Amino acid sequence: MQILSALIAGFVLGLGLLVSQMTNPAKVLNFLDVAGIWDPSLLLVIGGAVVTTLVGFQLLKKRSAPLFADVFHLPTKTEIDYRLLVGAALFGVGWGLGGLCPGPAVTSILIANLGIVVFIAAMIFGMWIERQITN
Amino acid sequence: MYIPATEFTPLSALAGGVMIGLAAVWFLLSSGRIAGVSGIVSGLIPPFSPGVGVNLAFVAGLAISPIAYSVFPGGTPEQTMSSNLWLLGAAGMLVGFGSRLGSGCTSGHGVCGIARLSWRSIIATITFVATAMATVYVTRHMIGG
Repeated sequence: MQILSALIAGFVLGLGLLVSQMTNPAKVLNFLDVAGIWDPSLLLVIGGAVVTTLVGFQLLKKRSAPLFADVFHLPTKTEIDYRLLVGAALFGVGWGLGGLCPGPAVTSILIANLGIVVFIAAMIFGMWIERQITN
Repeated sequence: MYIPATEFTPLSALAGGVMIGLAAVWFLLSSGRIAGVSGIVSGLIPPFSPGVGVNLAFVAGLAISPIAYSVFPGGTPEQTMSSNLWLLGAAGMLVGFGSRLGSGCTSGHGVCGIARLSWRSIIATITFVATAMATVYVTRHMIGG
């Protein structure tokens, strides 16, 4: 059941990214281009997603366990350290260069052009390098 | 440089956003986990951690979603992007490295983290939106302008 529910979660997330056109790098870059032809759509995507998630997460707080797993796995770190800041800053530079982040890139993989494939391969390589350095 | 214009699409943006939220809530309810795509993808890099099946299923769900989407009228996702493979490779490396160093990306920090009112995620999101906007400013208005 965990496998099936993860498949459904990924599927609905992918549909949401497609419906909101976040799979179109031009749309993401135009949101980031506040000094140019600004397209505020992404603000509403994040707004709709955050409000829905916030309400849902509040409702789930009453539960002691998830449906198909033993415990909830929630991040416990609260410290604002250099890893968080440097990591987020580098992530943002990459996001601004390509207009792609992990969700929309993976959603596009089967309909992808060569550029998406190169992006995903490089992204996995970047993740692997981070793991080598951190361990 | 050529900059493709896009229209402001408030309704589809909100509808898509709500679906993204529902996916995150469902994943937490069913599997007890945060729907952060960078963490899920990095879980597919060996050596595997427990839960690799769940990660694989999540990624498969993402990848098949365009097939269902294409059934609807107008369901061909529009994608306008750079054809410069060096730029996309550099972008991918930064996104992969940065998202793991910073423990999250747009979905994990930007959606789930903010919804949990986590200070780490709020600060991470402000940071990556700021550096992304600065990067677009440099590439579109200083170098490419």
